[in-house]
Amino acid sequence: MPVTTVRVVLPTHLRTLAGLDRGEVRLAVEGPVTQRSVLDALEARYPALAGTVRDRATDRRRPFVRFFACQEDLSHEPPDAPLPEPVCAGTEPFIVLGAIAGG
Amino acid sequence: MSSVRILVGTRKGAFVITADGSRRAWTIDGPHFAGWEIYHLKGSPADPGRVYASQSSSWFGQVVHRSDDGGATWETVGNQFAYDGETGTHQWYDGTPHPWEFARVWHFEPSLDDPTTVYAGVEDAALFRSTDGGASWSELAGLRTHGTGSSWQPGAGGMCLHSIVLDPSDPERMFVAISAAGVFRSDDGGTTWRPANRGLSSQFMPEPGAEVGHCVHHIAQHPDRPGTLFMQKHWDVMRSDDAGDTWHEVSGNLPSDFGFPIAVHAHEPETVYVVPIESDAVHYPPEGKLRVYRSRTGGNEWEALTAGLPQSDCYVNVLRDAMDVDRLDPCGVYFGTTGGQVYGSADGGDTWTAIAEHLPAVLSVEAQVLP
Repeated sequence: MPVTTVRVVLPTHLRTLAGLDRGEVRLAVEGPVTQRSVLDALEARYPALAGTVRDRATDRRRPFVRFFACQEDLSHEPPDAPLPEPVCAGTEPFIVLGAIAGG
Repeated sequence: MSSVRILVGTRKGAFVITADGSRRAWTIDGPHFAGWEIYHLKGSPADPGRVYASQSSSWFGQVVHRSDDGGATWETVGNQFAYDGETGTHQWYDGTPHPWEFARVWHFEPSLDDPTTVYAGVEDAALFRSTDGGASWSELAGLRTHGTGSSWQPGAGGMCLHSIVLDPSDPERMFVAISAAGVFRSDDGGTTWRPANRGLSSQFMPEPGAEVGHCVHHIAQHPDRPGTLFMQKHWDVMRSDDAGDTWHEVSGNLPSDFGFPIAVHAHEPETVYVVPIESDAVHYPPEGKLRVYRSRTGGNEWEALTAGLPQSDCYVNVLRDAMDVDRLDPCGVYFGTTGGQVYGSADGGDTWTAIAEHLPAVLSVEAQVLP
């Protein structure tokens, strides 16, 4: 199965939780590059992030989390839909964004 | 000399506040988990270095941390709280059925004698247990499924299981309290449960003395007298002397019997502390005076403790898990406010000092005595 290196940008709190000193990580993703496969790879590499982007019970994106790439909002795309080609090529990151809200 | 460690959960992180046994000079360490809501931290009675912390946020859900060095360093452990079997529904605020959905851990209660066993009280109300130091969690589903769950309703803060009391004289007996359902007791280690609310009266309910539906805010017990329980209910301070079979009111001369926390003196089972709040409409102290009330008679007769506490223009709240006692002699008493102050008394409440003054809103306070 082909392995693709995907760039993922994480919000501040998830960087801290994962023990990262920078906002972008590079993940080896097996097979088709989709939201699900990227997030599976993210959680496999950083187990502390399990349940923080997707709800543990439903496996759905948390309501205050959004996904962007290539200036597109991918939040409402099906989790198994292919991500844009520049994400697969590693020229653009897949961005996990926390809603700008709250006090 | 012994030392004291105060574990403080706040809206924006956790703080570990320490002092030697004189409890005069305090050191604040933190924030840990900066920016996250820390609903509760609690250390294991069997291994005080082991501390469990509930970290949650509306953005990123529930995270559980464990420390094995008294809060100096932390590691994430399991955060999968899966209800057992069909979850069914409880009542929503408007009385319609609403499916059970996990939101967060409100309270951790470590086992009295095993540092790897810990109970978690969660929203939507259920009780979970871990026997591997928090790595994995299993629901004690007999509570949620014993028969009244479909009539439980959320309080303003959500439908939370916030109080867990383990009976030190009987490892099979435990009590939990849920807002807004009431108190429940198990006599078989958490397998089966029954409501323990007889004597409670809640005027907001169609049937004020109903078996369940009461908004219990907190319950407390003295370990030397496990059959006696004290309760701060939404309104009313209550007492049971038969392990929750029946309750009677002991609000007595309190300026208000609304409030959230309740605690029992470490060495005097009839000495009880509450923090009266004016009403459920305003959630601040009567007359703008922050007063702890102490009863030395197990309720009914209460005295105001004011020395060192603000007695004018004070409009903070003290939440249900934000008060605790230490086991030194004299007994120490601690509480935190939604204004970010943590007050401590090293003389059983006679005098108070602010041991932290500018923290985020305090959600929980737990005291540990270290050898």
